[in-house]
Amino acid sequence: MKIILSNQSEKPIYLQIKEQLEEQILSGEVPQDTVLPSIRKMASDLAVSVITTTRAYKELEADGFITTVPGKGCIVLAPDNHILREQYLRRMEEGFMQAAAAAKKLQMPLKEAQEIFETIWEI
Amino acid sequence: MRRSGKYKKSGIGCSGRLKQPKSAETRYMMTDNRGYSGEVPVLEVKNLSKQYRGFLLDKISFVLPKGYIMGYVGPNGAGKSTTLGLITQTRRAEEGEVLLDGKRYEEDPILYKEKIGYVSSICYFPPTMKVKDAALLLKQFYPTFSKDKFYHLIREWNLPENKKFSTFSTGMTVKLMFAAVLARKTRLLILDEATNGLDVLFREEILTLLQHYIEDGEHSVLFATHIIDDLEQIADYIVMVEDGRVLLQDTKEALTENYILIKGEETLLAREDIARYLLGVKRSAYGFSALIPSDNAALLPAGTVMEKPTISQMMSYLMKGHDKLGV
Repeated sequence: MKIILSNQSEKPIYLQIKEQLEEQILSGEVPQDTVLPSIRKMASDLAVSVITTTRAYKELEADGFITTVPGKGCIVLAPDNHILREQYLRRMEEGFMQAAAAAKKLQMPLKEAQEIFETIWEI
Repeated sequence: MRRSGKYKKSGIGCSGRLKQPKSAETRYMMTDNRGYSGEVPVLEVKNLSKQYRGFLLDKISFVLPKGYIMGYVGPNGAGKSTTLGLITQTRRAEEGEVLLDGKRYEEDPILYKEKIGYVSSICYFPPTMKVKDAALLLKQFYPTFSKDKFYHLIREWNLPENKKFSTFSTGMTVKLMFAAVLARKTRLLILDEATNGLDVLFREEILTLLQHYIEDGEHSVLFATHIIDDLEQIADYIVMVEDGRVLLQDTKEALTENYILIKGEETLLAREDIARYLLGVKRSAYGFSALIPSDNAALLPAGTVMEKPTISQMMSYLMKGHDKLGV
């Protein structure tokens, strides 16, 4: 398991932790049934506040990536394909948002932008 | 479709942050943290007041739950040390009360003092003492003092055992003071500007040390400082004080998410709908910068630079001495 945090990023720290764990669970790098370090241990290891890691874990749990088993800790669940799809959709959205912003700066009509997309699609 | 709203947000340069945390979420975090601890907090300060000539500490209240780190920040003269003095019972409050594990000092003065570990960068041992003298002294004062643990820390930090404390550097003195409190069974560490004047490496060591201290969820740390910098990353709660009053308090997460630092052109200040929300506007020859509550950020035009503020930045914008444009 690896987590690399950036203080310069616009993304809040909890979200960086959440997304990186999410990605590794989805890709299978962190397999099902893995016991994650405790919230407090991870805060200490990453030198971030306990509230930050608590929030990351809570959101992972809410999204169905992990579950808390009393006495055992946080366990990784089998990744869900719907979530995987949602993940990629989100990435697409991010890309399109950038593209749309750039196109608007150029005052490019939607049609022209679509053509560019089609050309890229064909590659 | 719900997407349309998101696109608008991206237009204001909040670079691709799709999931905007709602303030309701952070509020939930807060109540949750206090709620689920349903247990007695390590430290509870209620309406603490004290008056000196020309200075008033005015009804300070905050709660530090078990297992968390709280930063008590503010400029010089804000009342930080006064507050700490009232908590450690070296000063008497005129009003209000302090509860340590739910108990007042008067209920069991010895236990109360035993539970607090106070560290500042000043050495409270006589300058002619050496390590072994300090160990003897501490043993007499504190029933839970462990000589083994004390020597273990002294050796781990390479403190000279045969030199008088008067020859110790600032860094060595702070290490000595830390060893003196960590060798006891405390519940609450209180740091009074303890890391000022220390080098980066030792400051980092202290971060780790504090995090280990709270790791079991039973111990808490309250650190008072006017330079929060590196301590900011490990702080769970922040209480900001100025002129003897609490200016803001919340989890650090909520504070840094509820405000956005913006930079833009002077013309923006003329827009009434935006200007009314700006806090601590600083002008320069080329533009201005200010804080804005995140909820109002959607009003800003494209091209406004938006950043997540650090706690130090928030202090510099929210504290006095800067004209507030509030209408």
